[in-house]
Amino acid sequence: MLFLLAILVGILYGAAVYMLLRRNIFKLILGLIFLGHATNLLIFVAGGLTSGQPSFLRGLTGETAGMADPLPQALILTAIVIGLGVTAFALTLVYRFYKVTKTVDFDQLSENE
Amino acid sequence: MESVLLKIAASHMRPLLIVLSVVVLYRGHNEPGGGFIGGLMLGSAFILYAMAYGVKKTQKSIFFDPVNLTGLGLLIALASGLPAILMGEIFMTGQWITLFSNTFFELKLGTPLLFDVGVYFTVAGMLMLVMFSILEE
Amino acid sequence: MTLILPIILPLLFMVVLMFTRRSLLFQQFFGIFASVLLLLFSIWLLTDILKNGIMVMQTGSWVAPFGITLVADLLSSIMLVTTSFVGMIVMIYSPGFIDKERQTAGYYPLVFGLLMGVNGAFITGDIFNLYVWYEVMLTSSFVLIALGGSAEQLRGSIKYVTINFVASIFFVAAIGILYGKAGTLNMADLAAKMQTWEANTPINSALMLFFVAFSIKSALVPFFFWLPASYHTPPIAITALFAGTLTKVGVYTMFRFYSLFVVFDEQFWKIFILTLAGLTMLIGVLMAASQFDIRKILSFHIISQVGYMIMGLGIFTVAGVAGAIFFTVHNMLSKTNTFLAAGLVYQKSGGYDLKYLGGLYKASPVLAVLFFIPALSLAGIPPLPGFFGKFFLIKGGFEASEYIITAIAIITGLFTLFSMVKIWNEAYWKKVPEGVSVSGKVHPSTLIATAILAGSVVLMGIFAGPVIDVCLQAAEQIVDPHMYISAVLGR
Repeated sequence: MLFLLAILVGILYGAAVYMLLRRNIFKLILGLIFLGHATNLLIFVAGGLTSGQPSFLRGLTGETAGMADPLPQALILTAIVIGLGVTAFALTLVYRFYKVTKTVDFDQLSENE
Repeated sequence: MESVLLKIAASHMRPLLIVLSVVVLYRGHNEPGGGFIGGLMLGSAFILYAMAYGVKKTQKSIFFDPVNLTGLGLLIALASGLPAILMGEIFMTGQWITLFSNTFFELKLGTPLLFDVGVYFTVAGMLMLVMFSILEE
Repeated sequence: MTLILPIILPLLFMVVLMFTRRSLLFQQFFGIFASVLLLLFSIWLLTDILKNGIMVMQTGSWVAPFGITLVADLLSSIMLVTTSFVGMIVMIYSPGFIDKERQTAGYYPLVFGLLMGVNGAFITGDIFNLYVWYEVMLTSSFVLIALGGSAEQLRGSIKYVTINFVASIFFVAAIGILYGKAGTLNMADLAAKMQTWEANTPINSALMLFFVAFSIKSALVPFFFWLPASYHTPPIAITALFAGTLTKVGVYTMFRFYSLFVVFDEQFWKIFILTLAGLTMLIGVLMAASQFDIRKILSFHIISQVGYMIMGLGIFTVAGVAGAIFFTVHNMLSKTNTFLAAGLVYQKSGGYDLKYLGGLYKASPVLAVLFFIPALSLAGIPPLPGFFGKFFLIKGGFEASEYIITAIAIITGLFTLFSMVKIWNEAYWKKVPEGVSVSGKVHPSTLIATAILAGSVVLMGIFAGPVIDVCLQAAEQIVDPHMYISAVLGR
């Protein structure tokens, strides 16, 4: 499972970078979303996928032995909320940009005024 | 976008979603749910309505402004830290009271729930603010 | 207990301003009033910490490694005071400069949102909470930079948002990796744990991710391109606020992290940071020399001067760090001041392009002086504080036998002088070009704000002795993190 998730994180990062480097500005948003999700999964994996590791109290036995660490999940939840905010803002920004310039091409960004 | 189906669905879904969002908000402390998800549901109730009827009409049909809703949420979240100070403890220390204890209607209320209510309004307000500005043609 | 107030006060002010965002006059006065209150409070905090040592607060009564700890040492409180001062100046400046649409579209609440994020980043003692405050600060800055929505602003803000989001992602990824290794998020607890680890525990990947994230935020050399591409787009009062606060939060975080978390491979990090510092100083100042827009020249100078601060970090002796702290404070004031003075130029002659400026010294000597003071301070002319900042840094560099970086710092100072003289010659000294009018009206509030700031720069130069004493104490706390760790963990 750990191995599969590691590959998934890698694929997501790869897709994110690919999307970020496209010239289409809406794909930039997709890239940002992928980037956020890849990192959320990374925290999830890095925080300890295996059960039996409650936060701060590693190596417990008995009743608590089967509990997973809840803290990475809290972190991911926070990161998701923040990601939602930034994505929503980026979406309005790109939409406004599209309305003003009537183009989705990135090259318009580097135009000097 | 003119769609009769969407219009009928949206006007029926709106009260339903609002009630459901409150349910999700309340059960959030011990079960899946919470202020953020509840806030998303509350926001989407109005966004759905705005998609069907347009932003102008939606804004007329609600008696609050998304920005004020966000401000109210922040204020409530801030206020949830204050009871602890009144009790002589450090800011944001959780305080709980139990209403109707040992009856069927036992109700545990506390500052974390109040904080969640703040999050609920803030998220709904922000979401509506963003989506209304996109939907506004 | 009172340590929560630097976060709560701006939040409260923000909410009040959100509810009253339609009444322009109230917003303007309340903005000034609130920022003065914030400044007074942070000054009180600084004096208290000078007297009683590091202040710690465990929010929600959760004891140190479990809950979120707020902690203010001298460096944090110095930064708090400077930030609130810059905030106050910008609040006084804004009513006369920013157009009415932007002012009623939420400008004032957003500035307080930004200040809340910056203050939170300065006083938090928890890594993940630091990330959250970064995001609060960045989200406010995203909206501020796009506020108004002209095509140029949208172009700038798309770059700004994308790069900063990517930097935040690096930051979170590093937190995840570090948490997987250490199982704690409290900065003091992490540092205490790291000191017990074996010498080659693999944490450099996490530290490098942190370093890249903060380099992007503070615009260090390979990662600085977003700054000059976006900072010149919003109205200059917003740019001045950004220049005075945002990149410095990145620098502050680097100081904090370096002091706490670099426990292995110190030699590698030292050389690495000094190399980047040297490159940052040189490249920033050289790129500034080729620009003709005042705002772009000043933006590139932000980069160059971040190099100086990082140089103090690389030296990492008490003298070097104290010099860097002094320089950071001076830079926050002078940089904001030059941007605000450029705003005065804009009001007077309607543009920022040096080719179409001129004769401003004759038209208004006051404006010229208000630019002259911070510009010379940035270039490092005594008795202004920029001189003392560079002097202490260079002295620290010599004492630590880092001759190459010290030489670069001196050369960069000369180039800085060149750019400042260029702005001076073109905008103030030369004759008015044909077809350019210099009869624009300067709003009194902008003039007062710039004058207060210029006065404070001069005062900081005159009272450099007491200020450097405080900086030395702050540097001792940074160089030896044990005080910080034991204050937080309570042992």
